[in-house]
Amino acid sequence: MLVWSRSGRLVLWVLFALIFGVLFLAPLAVILLSSLADQWNGVLPNGLTTEHYTDVISGAAGRAVKASLVTGFLASALALVSGTWAALSLRLQGHALRRLLGLLFFIPSAVPSVSVGLGLLVAFSHPPLLLNGTIAIVMIAHFVLISAFTFGNVSAGLARLSPDFEQVASSLGARPAYRLWHVTLPLLAPYLVAAFGLSFALSMGELGATVMVYPPGWVTLPVSIFSLTDRGDIFAGAALTMILVVATLVLLLGLERITKRATGS
Amino acid sequence: MSAAAFTGTSVMDIDAAKVRGAGSNVHFDKVSVAYGAHVVLHPLTLDIAPGEILAMIGPSGSGKTTALRAVAGFVRPASGRIRIGATDVTDLPPYERGLGMVVQNYALFPHMRVEDNVAFGLRAQGADKALIGERIKDALGTVGMSAYARRYPRELSGGQQQRVAIARALAVRPRVLLLDEPLSALDAQIRRNMVEEIARLHRSLPGLTILYVTHDQTEALTLADKIAIMRDGRVCSHGPTTELYRRPPNRFTAEFLGRANLLPVTVAEAVGPKGFATARHGDALLTGAGRNEKAGDKSLLCIRPQHLSLTADSDHTNRIVGTLQEVHWQGELTHLVLDVDGTPVRVSATRLPIALPEPGAKVPLFFAPADTSLLPEDAGV
Ligand SMILES: Nc1ncnc2c1ncn2[C@@H]1O[C@H](COP(=O)(O)OP(=O)(O)OP(=O)(O)O)[C@@H](O)[C@H]1O
Ligand SMILES: [Mg+2]
Repeated sequence: MLVWSRSGRLVLWVLFALIFGVLFLAPLAVILLSSLADQWNGVLPNGLTTEHYTDVISGAAGRAVKASLVTGFLASALALVSGTWAALSLRLQGHALRRLLGLLFFIPSAVPSVSVGLGLLVAFSHPPLLLNGTIAIVMIAHFVLISAFTFGNVSAGLARLSPDFEQVASSLGARPAYRLWHVTLPLLAPYLVAAFGLSFALSMGELGATVMVYPPGWVTLPVSIFSLTDRGDIFAGAALTMILVVATLVLLLGLERITKRATGS
Repeated sequence: MSAAAFTGTSVMDIDAAKVRGAGSNVHFDKVSVAYGAHVVLHPLTLDIAPGEILAMIGPSGSGKTTALRAVAGFVRPASGRIRIGATDVTDLPPYERGLGMVVQNYALFPHMRVEDNVAFGLRAQGADKALIGERIKDALGTVGMSAYARRYPRELSGGQQQRVAIARALAVRPRVLLLDEPLSALDAQIRRNMVEEIARLHRSLPGLTILYVTHDQTEALTLADKIAIMRDGRVCSHGPTTELYRRPPNRFTAEFLGRANLLPVTVAEAVGPKGFATARHGDALLTGAGRNEKAGDKSLLCIRPQHLSLTADSDHTNRIVGTLQEVHWQGELTHLVLDVDGTPVRVSATRLPIALPEPGAKVPLFFAPADTSLLPEDAGV
């Protein structure tokens, strides 16, 4: 920070704490409190209980966590592979084509996710493309929504990669595949992990498209939260939300550790 | 992959024994390069002999890197052929050319230890373990970095990284070593040491052909057997280093390679059998080494600052008089700037008369005919 006076810095910190506290922490704190409240009529809950947690854990929470994790993992892995592939091959194309295809990748992010879900539902509801009611259509929905982010992340990484590394590798006798595997991908590793983490987090929170396409046996966390609160079961919804937050946090922290170890920094 | 994949002398089939056999020559045969309609290298014909160090120097944007990258295979010539040894490499991909390349910012692979960086080329080519181990030791030994084999690049200083980059290029026993401004990221002191080290390296690997791109004339003068001076995508002069320095063929070369005083003169007497002509500058009749100047030709007489002396002696038979303007003392050297009939003339002297003349004084300058060179005057190139 470029502010050196003591009071100036203090003001900035207070401002930061205020914005961060109000915008980020307050909603989370409310959810945390409701997940522990036995009743909430006044300003604060009347009493605290862990009943909602035991309820949702004995109920559908386990299956929802699993559905979300599996969906997130597979969709992110798929998005990572295809986003990386796309970024690598588009690098070899002319500038105009690269821009155009790059933009196309981002269109699903600009469309409401409900519409994406609806589109998939309609598109895949007739043979031979009959995917309605399968887990695959959930994966596809998530994949479509998050692949722009992996593509964007990897493209940004590639753009920052000095061509010298790959050229020196080539001149030393490395064929393209060897070079990709031993030079390009390791140098991109931090971007790949970041891309994977971001897609995973996005997938964990995805609701709009999932609600349109999910089959009965594959209820993700956001969908269960939505149906709980929809039924008026606010406290259980809050408990499940906290489980989602913790699961995502654990996952992102784990990924960060892996990156640190891989890049040795 | 086996050695047979290489079309020419492979890095693999050179024996692991200390046979650092004869290098290859590099031949540019009317090679031109264009980006779209913009020609950055005009048809270039140039030969680098086996074991020679050719320094390519020239101002920024003159096409040096482009020429080097054409040899490496990263830019495609619009026309012409490039041969390395007996092999026409124009259509070969970079990884089949058998070269070593060192770039300005070293480009060491940050995720690999020093030894793995050095081993990279051999592993990529599928060499066997024993050979790789031996070559790592050898290459790191050559550049004096054996003690750092287990470090990561980020744990090394700039100079050390550069050594590793050179070791990495040498480990594949390249036919030709391409260096693109390898020292420009280092500070002056380390750069001087590294220049000496590269010279030593070449003495221990006399067969290695080196193309050395730089814009630093000191590096070029110190290292190179031959120099090619580039300007606007053309070679404006090419020749053995000392000859190019002593007898620059044109004004650009004279001024780019070291400092030069260029006195406008008119040839009075054509070049004689000993290679000297006499020429007139104002009232002074001067003798200078010429080529084929004829009486009446307008010409420039090139004299290096260190060849001008304030005191007469038996060799220094030429004499001009100038008005002293500035004196800069720099410890080892003293630089004087004089005005000789409107032409600024610099003198670099190690020894000066005890009583230095004051600025404004008329000062005679003496120099030997053998230290001069006549150049055509019009030569913009
Ligand atoms: N990829 C490119 N596209 C278009 N023009 C290029 C490209 N690379 C280089 N050029 C142009 O080619 C010319 C020669 O460039 P080059 O890099 O060979 O110069 P250089 O002599 O190495 O200069 P420097 O001393 O600055 O490194 C320059 O005018 C440059 O702008
Ligand atoms: Mg250059």
